[in-house]
Parts: sequence; C-alpha cells; structure tokens
Amino acid sequence: MSQTHHAEPAADAPLIIDVQGLTKSFGETKVVDGIDMQVAEGEIYGFLGPNGSGKTTTIRMLCGLLTPDAGAGTCLGHDIISDSAKIKLKVGYMTQRFSLYEDLSIRENLAFVASIYGLKKPKQAVRETLEKLGLETRANQLAGALSGGWKQRLALAAAIMHEPKLLLLDEPTAGVDPKARRDFWDEIHQLADNGLTVLVSTHYMDEAERCHKICYLAYGKLLARGTVNEVIRQSGLVTWLVSSNSQRQINRLARELADRSGVEMVAPFGATLHVSGANDNALEAAVAPWRGEAGLDWQKVEPTLEDVFIHMMQGASDNFG
Amino acid sequence: MTARFSFSRLAAMIRKEFIQMRRDRLTFAMMLGIPVMQLVLFGYAINSDPKHLPTALFAQDNSVFTRSIVKGMENSDYFDIVAKPETAAEADDLIRTGKVQFVLQIPADFSRELQRGARPKLLLDADATDPAATGNAVAGIQLLTAQVLNRDLEGPLASLRPAPDPVNLVIHRRYNAEGRTELNIVPGLIGVILTMTMIIFTALAMTREVERGTMENLLTMPVRPFEVMMGKILPYIIVGYIQAAVVLAAAYWLFDVPIAGSLGLLAFVLFFFVAANLAVGFTFSTLARNQLQAVQMTIFFFLPSILLSGFMFPFRGMPHWAQWLGEVLPLTHFLRIVRGILLKGNGISEIAPDLLALLAFLTVVSIVSLNRFRQTLD
Repeated sequence: MSQTHHAEPAADAPLIIDVQGLTKSFGETKVVDGIDMQVAEGEIYGFLGPNGSGKTTTIRMLCGLLTPDAGAGTCLGHDIISDSAKIKLKVGYMTQRFSLYEDLSIRENLAFVASIYGLKKPKQAVRETLEKLGLETRANQLAGALSGGWKQRLALAAAIMHEPKLLLLDEPTAGVDPKARRDFWDEIHQLADNGLTVLVSTHYMDEAERCHKICYLAYGKLLARGTVNEVIRQSGLVTWLVSSNSQRQINRLARELADRSGVEMVAPFGATLHVSGANDNALEAAVAPWRGEAGLDWQKVEPTLEDVFIHMMQGASDNFG
Repeated sequence: MTARFSFSRLAAMIRKEFIQMRRDRLTFAMMLGIPVMQLVLFGYAINSDPKHLPTALFAQDNSVFTRSIVKGMENSDYFDIVAKPETAAEADDLIRTGKVQFVLQIPADFSRELQRGARPKLLLDADATDPAATGNAVAGIQLLTAQVLNRDLEGPLASLRPAPDPVNLVIHRRYNAEGRTELNIVPGLIGVILTMTMIIFTALAMTREVERGTMENLLTMPVRPFEVMMGKILPYIIVGYIQAAVVLAAAYWLFDVPIAGSLGLLAFVLFFFVAANLAVGFTFSTLARNQLQAVQMTIFFFLPSILLSGFMFPFRGMPHWAQWLGEVLPLTHFLRIVRGILLKGNGISEIAPDLLALLAFLTVVSIVSLNRFRQTLD
C-alpha cells in the first residue's frame, strides 16, 4: 500500500506510551476494560476496532481529558493520572469532530492555538504553518467555509504547531476523499520519520496497513496487537478465495456456504468470494462439495486484515455481547 | 414530493415532537416550572399596595396628641414605627440609607400650637424614589390626622375642633418631588438589562463551545479553568459597561433623571454587579447541555429578578419569604445602589451594605462555577 518504504523505529526506542490496565466506565457500561498499551518513540500505532469499542475513550484518557477508573501508566514519561497538565503541553490531539472555531478565520484559529500553547514567536509560527499548508492566500477565510479535506489539514497543522512529541489522531480521515487521505498519511509518515510518535484510530484497512503496529479493540478489550502480518498470522484464520465468471453463481454459492459448520465468514467482493474459518480442516471439509463445481476457481490465500477483524469481532461478541 | 396533506405524516411529526420534549428533562421541567413560578410570584408575592412601611418617628414633642397621631398611623397598617432618632441628622441618615421609608417629624411646640389652634406643622418625609411604594400611605395619613385628633379635641376643647384640619401636614416627597415613576424605572433598567444580557451572553458562550465540539479541543490545550472563565467573563464586562452607559445617557438626556451622586462610584459598583451576573451565566453554562437549556435557565433566573427585586413592584409590599428571596438576588441590591446614587446622591458609606451583599453573591457563585467547570470530560 505505501509507496515509499518508511523505516520502522529502532527496537530499543524509549516507550512514549506505557499504560497498564486502563479501565473506564460510563454508568453501568465498561467502555474500556483493562487495556495495556506500549508505543515506542517514532512509531505510527494504529488503533482499530468497531464503533463504540473504546478507542476515543482510551485516547481521551491518554491525554488527560478523562480520568481512568483503574489502571496506571505514563505518557511521555509523565503519570497519566497526576501529571496530565505536563502531558497536555507535549501532546497534539486531533479530535474526531472538527473542533477549531468555525466562525474564526484560519489565521485567527492558528493564532489562538499558538497563544494558548505560549509559543515564543506566535506570529512567525502562524506564518510558517500557513506557508506549509499553502493556505496563505485563504488565511482570512472562515474555517467553517473550508471543505472536509482542508479542515482536516488545518486541524492537523494546529495540532502540531507547538511541536508535540506525541500526536493523537481520532479517526482523522473520516469523510475525507482518497487523494486527501493519501496526502494526509504521507505527511504522518514524514512526521514520524522526524521522531514524532503517532497514535491514530481508524476504520480504514488501507490506513491500518500503513501503520508500523496496530492493535485491535472490541467491547473495550484489546484483542490483538503487533504488526499487520503478526496480527493476521496470530488470528489463525484460513481464507479461500473463490472466483467465477458468473455473478449469479457466486451469489448462490455465498448463500449455500453461509450456514455450513466450519465456515465462519462468507464475504462477496464483486465476482469473488472470501470464505474463511478458524479451523483449516473443518473449512476444507465444509467447502469440499463445491470444490469440483464447474466455473469456480478455488484458491487458498492469506486472509485480509478486514477478514481477520471481522472474525475477531464475531468472536468477541460471542464472549461479551 | 407528495402534494396531498396527510394526517398520518402530521401525526408522525407530532409524535416525534412529544418524544423529544420528554427526552429533554429540563425543557419539560421548565414547561411546568415557569407557569408555577409565575403563579406563586404574581399571586402571593406581589402586592402593589405595600403596608407596614418602616417609619422613623422624630418626636421633639410628646403629648397625648402626638401619641394619638402615632397610634393612629400604626393602626392604619401603613406605618410601622421602627426607629426613634434623636437628631435630625440621624433621621436623615435613616431615610438616605433606605432603612426607613418615612420620617415623621413632630416639632417641639406641636401640642402648644395645636391647642392654640395655630395649625402646627407635622412633617412627613417620604422616600419617594419609588412613588408606588409611598402613594397609598401618604394618602392615608392625610385623612388620619384629622380623624384621630378630633377624638382628643373634645370637651372644653371641642370648640377648637377645626373646620378643615387641625394640623398642617407637610409632606415632603424626597428624591422625586413630582412622583415621576420614570425616575424609579429608568435607573433600575440599567440593572434589569444587564441581568438579562450578561447572564445569557456567558451562558450561551460556554454552551456553544460544548455544542460545537470546540470545548474538547480547548480542554486538551494547556489552558486553566480560571483562564477560560476569566476569558469568557472579561469581554462581557466591557459590553456591560457600554450597555450601562447607553441607558444612563438616555436616562439623563431623554428622561431627565438626575445624577445626584458620583458616576465614578456607580462605575465601580457596576463592575461587581456585571461580574456577579456573568458568574451566574457561567454557572448555568456548566449545567446546561445545550443552548436552549441555557436560555431557559436564564429565564428562570430573570423572572424572579424583575419581580422580586423591587424593580416592578415595591419591595416592601412583598411577604417576608419573598423579601428574603429577593435579598439573595444581585438585582435587588444593585437597584438600591443605583437609585441611591442617582436620586439620593448616596456615597460609599450609604451603599456599603448592598455592595457587600453583591460581593458575597459574586464570591459564592464564582466558587460554585469554578468547581462545576471541569477540566475533563468525565
């Protein structure tokens, strides 16, 4: 997916985030349940999981917006419970929803952020940021008038203006077009190359694949972590890719396979079908009657990250749902 | 596009509207709370014919006649003798500070002159800053003197029963000789306008940040709650001064309201009054979940403020529980101060008690709002 090879951070890099047992409940619901997380300096750490899995809550606990009910740890070497004021100075946070002032101009927004962080030369910082964004000519436009992609770029620029050591991005590319998304990720990699640590939550698999490491969260629990390949391998999932020239044949096969024991997931992708299961032999036995059918081409492939996540989500809902 | 009117679609809209109404607990409470509050305030608390007004008796003469007059006044229910000053200066001080509404002065040779049939003077000083508060009482005492004295002037003295009136009652409507209501209303408007606008400005300014999601960004930045609060309050203090200046200018040039006291002192007091209202607005903003709720809370505070402060209806006409409630409101104290400064020419020593009350209110509400304002989203 990534066009350029980005060096992974050194193995002995210091831990920027190091928390254990983070727990947070809202009322009766445990939104985050005993999460351990270690993120090394310069890493791009992908935070994945379905809606409501506790990603935003975890991010908010890391930057001191929420106080954990239980758990402890450090962020940038500062205690997340008692030292959140110090953490705030070194963290850049981009919220899920655009949270700069829509009724302030781009320049006014940046000037506000620069002053709140007490930058030494706020005017210069604003000018440099505007130049970097290529927004000098539109600096006096209201932020609310910007398109989704530009709003996101502005929010990112505002979040890194004070040169944070850790960048927290909460679904930064939701609702942004593919080109803008790709540019955004190129920029994230550039920042990480310069030593910035990035924790980014996302629903996009292609974005997950651009992270150095990922973890997967469902129902407040951490289900998997590691590099993309590690997570896929650990899942033990086996996938058959079935292709055919006939869409009707694929649709019929999808219906027929859906309820077979040993088959966990059947997902059509246009004229191909992903048939996955956790047990290699059981899956093989389940699909055996169709293996010889004319017009079908069967191939055993490595499951995609998406297959793995949906598989994990189903497993998790059996346990917690 | 379906052109025909559909009852089922209308019903669906209405049903949805009721569901949303029920979800918003505060709005629901206000729908019942505001009518009940109006009912209680208008029905029980408000009385435009105030009685038992505190009166000082400055008697330089003490005789059966003077006692009759005093007794008669008390029996009329309009006057309660609460003080008996010894000197004219003391009496004057009582009326300036607003501790009494009236001073009845009985001159030294009152009885002798009365018996001589010389129609002695009986002096009633009325604090007429609020003409409505004194009107009925003043009308009452004019009938009363003749009646009560007629009982005493009997027997051999019956011949002295005078045709029109045995005494020459001189009523001195102080601070508002012509009984112009605008002298009472217009200075008070400064307070009323500021109460309304200051509370709603801050209440909205904060809830807007929450509603638009900018609060989350603000909270992640290294800005302290006190800085946020001050940053929200100080701009509106300036706005408050501008509003006050506009009303004051109109009062002076359009309504001929006198400016008897010091404008500097008024400006000084304004700071605390505006700040008190802004602190209330700030507190509301920490309670309200959206801008609609913030507006509703403002109305809930504003209504008793205009009704119980003495702005619309005489403060002393209200029952005690309503007066106690009124004493809590900053507008009550500000009205006394602003009327005192503009109409009576009061200085810092006369307004001190009300200024202290404002300060106490400001302190308590500021502490509450700072505690309510959380630096986290918990």
